[in-house]
Amino acid sequence: MALFRRSAAVAAPQPASARRTANDLRPGEAATVCCLKDPQMALKLLEMGCIPGTQVRLAGRAPLGDPLMLVLGDEEYTLSLRVSEAATIQLKD
Amino acid sequence: MAGAIQEARPAGPLPGTGGAAPVAERLPRLALIGNPNSGKTSLFNQLTGLNQKVGNFPGVTVDRKTGIAALGGQRRAEVVDLPGTYSLYPKSLDERVIADLLYNPLSPDYPDFVVVTVDASNLRRSLLLFSQLADLGLPAILALNMTDVAAERGIQIDLPALERELGVPVVPMNARKGVGLAALRIVMADRLAARPPAGRFWQPAAELRPLLAAIRTRFDLPNDYLALHYAHQFEQLHFLNEADRHYLTELTQEYAFDSTAQQASETVARYAHINELLLEVVTVTRTERREPASNRIDKVLTHRVFGYLIFLAILFLLFQAIFAWAQYPMDLIDQGISALSAAIQERFSGPLVRLLTEGVIAGLGGVLIFIPQIALLFAFLAVLEETGYMARVTFLMDKLMRPFGLSGKSVVPLISGLACAVPAIMGARTIESWKDRMLTIFVTPLMSCSARIPVYTVLVALVVPDESWLGIFNLRGLVLMGLYLLGLGSALLSALLLKTVLKARERSYFIMEFPVYRWPRWKNVGLTIVEKVKAFIFQAGKVIVAISVLLWVLASYGPGQRQAQAEAQVQQTAQAQRWPAAETERRVASARLENSYAGTFGHVIEPVIRPLGFDWKIGIALLTSFAAREVFVGTMSTIYSVGQDADLGTVQQKLANEKDASGQSFFTPARALSLLVFYVFAMQCMSTLAVTYRETKSWRWPLGQLVYMTGLAYAASLLVWQVFA
Repeated sequence: MALFRRSAAVAAPQPASARRTANDLRPGEAATVCCLKDPQMALKLLEMGCIPGTQVRLAGRAPLGDPLMLVLGDEEYTLSLRVSEAATIQLKD
Repeated sequence: MAGAIQEARPAGPLPGTGGAAPVAERLPRLALIGNPNSGKTSLFNQLTGLNQKVGNFPGVTVDRKTGIAALGGQRRAEVVDLPGTYSLYPKSLDERVIADLLYNPLSPDYPDFVVVTVDASNLRRSLLLFSQLADLGLPAILALNMTDVAAERGIQIDLPALERELGVPVVPMNARKGVGLAALRIVMADRLAARPPAGRFWQPAAELRPLLAAIRTRFDLPNDYLALHYAHQFEQLHFLNEADRHYLTELTQEYAFDSTAQQASETVARYAHINELLLEVVTVTRTERREPASNRIDKVLTHRVFGYLIFLAILFLLFQAIFAWAQYPMDLIDQGISALSAAIQERFSGPLVRLLTEGVIAGLGGVLIFIPQIALLFAFLAVLEETGYMARVTFLMDKLMRPFGLSGKSVVPLISGLACAVPAIMGARTIESWKDRMLTIFVTPLMSCSARIPVYTVLVALVVPDESWLGIFNLRGLVLMGLYLLGLGSALLSALLLKTVLKARERSYFIMEFPVYRWPRWKNVGLTIVEKVKAFIFQAGKVIVAISVLLWVLASYGPGQRQAQAEAQVQQTAQAQRWPAAETERRVASARLENSYAGTFGHVIEPVIRPLGFDWKIGIALLTSFAAREVFVGTMSTIYSVGQDADLGTVQQKLANEKDASGQSFFTPARALSLLVFYVFAMQCMSTLAVTYRETKSWRWPLGQLVYMTGLAYAASLLVWQVFA
């Protein structure tokens, strides 16, 4: 619950697009998950281990640019998700 | 309490126990549960071997695999394999089975304890599901799988500490190699005697207590966490009745229960707890900072050029295998069957012998001849799935599929549709989005399934010369590939058409985990092949043999005196014209067939199919094919063996020998092509219609398939015949 309140509070003062998302990562670049924008999507992402504070790294994209491969956390397991889904994962600066 | 539950179970034979005498003591039942790719299937196969049964979960069509595991001594247990899942909150139809099973202590399948398979190289995420199961109060064993992968990555797990923290036995293992299996059996046998529940991990927030107390009282539930799941999922629990659901709707509204927010905070809290717990248990020492092999393989297999080329090459190999390699065993089966028929006909005669050779044995041959191709195809699919390559195919294809309204996840059902539409349509259950799933189900039967192979094989071999093109490609193989591409193309275009009509009910997800690349376990591949071939022989096979026999009767006998009259007329003409005996015999047989029940049937529909280039004999085959396509070859074989020499063994020879009125070969390329195109498109499979009904819970979808596909087939054949003839 607190999760969504926080993301709403963060999004309020600045336009939503200002915060970088997992989709803005360059190949090979890593960053830390800050919050998840979309409540329904968040449930799926959370249970697959993509929780705020986790490190994500963009391992690469499919030949047509979408979907993309994110490597998560210390365990280094790979999730494949669409650009629209990755765009709901907001990153810490 | 336990006694009350026992009594409430249905008295009938339990599914999976094969109707063993109910007097005998019921076997202890354990459920196997775990994340996708955590090695659950390997463990199930190791525990049960060939001692498996596939059935359905009650009320739904999810495959329910059960088996008997020997635990040493006299002790045995029934093992139920549950679909892979990341949490107890289902996101797909498959996963809902778990909720139905674990939330209803009165269910006949309710397990005595659960074995949770956990990926040791990804302990944190795997423990989420485990902690939920523990909080439900289920006695559990943790099968710590893939310890080899964990060791490779420098992950050390302090087992005694883990056991202490979780409060359940932990068995380290490598299910693929069978390591740790003996220890697991011993621990399982131990658990049969005493079943202490696991420790507790998480408690629902205090503000929810009044709501949960009310649910617990009404349904007599043992703990708050189970009550919480009722509050979350009551709409999807099959065992609740209308009144219960109404009660829960009102109750959750009264307490303003926010399912999404509660789920999110639960998951986050659980991960926080698990992280803390693992600090004491897991140490990671990176020996080298080399990229994992899987990631390096992915660089090639999902490469923008090589990725697609490799996928195409694998598909081409698949078709070559089905067409070329399967040919040798198929020829052997074919020759064996015709030799058997000929041998019997040589020694005996009479109507019963003819029923046996022309009906039963001919039909049986039509079943057996499929086995090499089905086995090869499922071997390929199983290997692709086992190695983890199938997930990469989904990844590669998603963007390509989306313009057609499908997703990358539709690719697996579509490719499985090459084997058989029935399991493929069931496989579409992994697609969470309703619209994506309906589109996939609707178009999957357009993919050329293995039942079409014999039709393709016979007709292609009949009219396409066995030559190579550019020295390497077999011409027949190319034509066959063209037919498959025609099926694929029509499936995609049909999805595009339907996409504009259908409205989405919810958003579609794509997110999934990439399994690491592994060598296939040949035992798993072998079990898949055995399971599919068995299912084919005993399910489709029965229909095929029955229809073959029925057909032989319909083709041998006719209404009233019509056959006798026709025969007399031919005999008269023969005497007047002084035909040789052989000629007379052939004409008599032909006249008898034409005046049989089947012939009458074919004649009735001939005006409708004549514009496609088909005659009444093909008409009979088309009609019988509506039960199942593969009947076509059997029918043709039966119909054309009436009135021909018995030594014309194979169906191909029989068809090649067929002449039209002017004495020319009847099966011209144009006619064969028209027939081939008809079989690419037409919906001629009762099993597919039945499974579509079960999966969509509506007659609209199977009826839609029947009308649409048959219409498409008619139009396409009409076009081909009118243009080429």
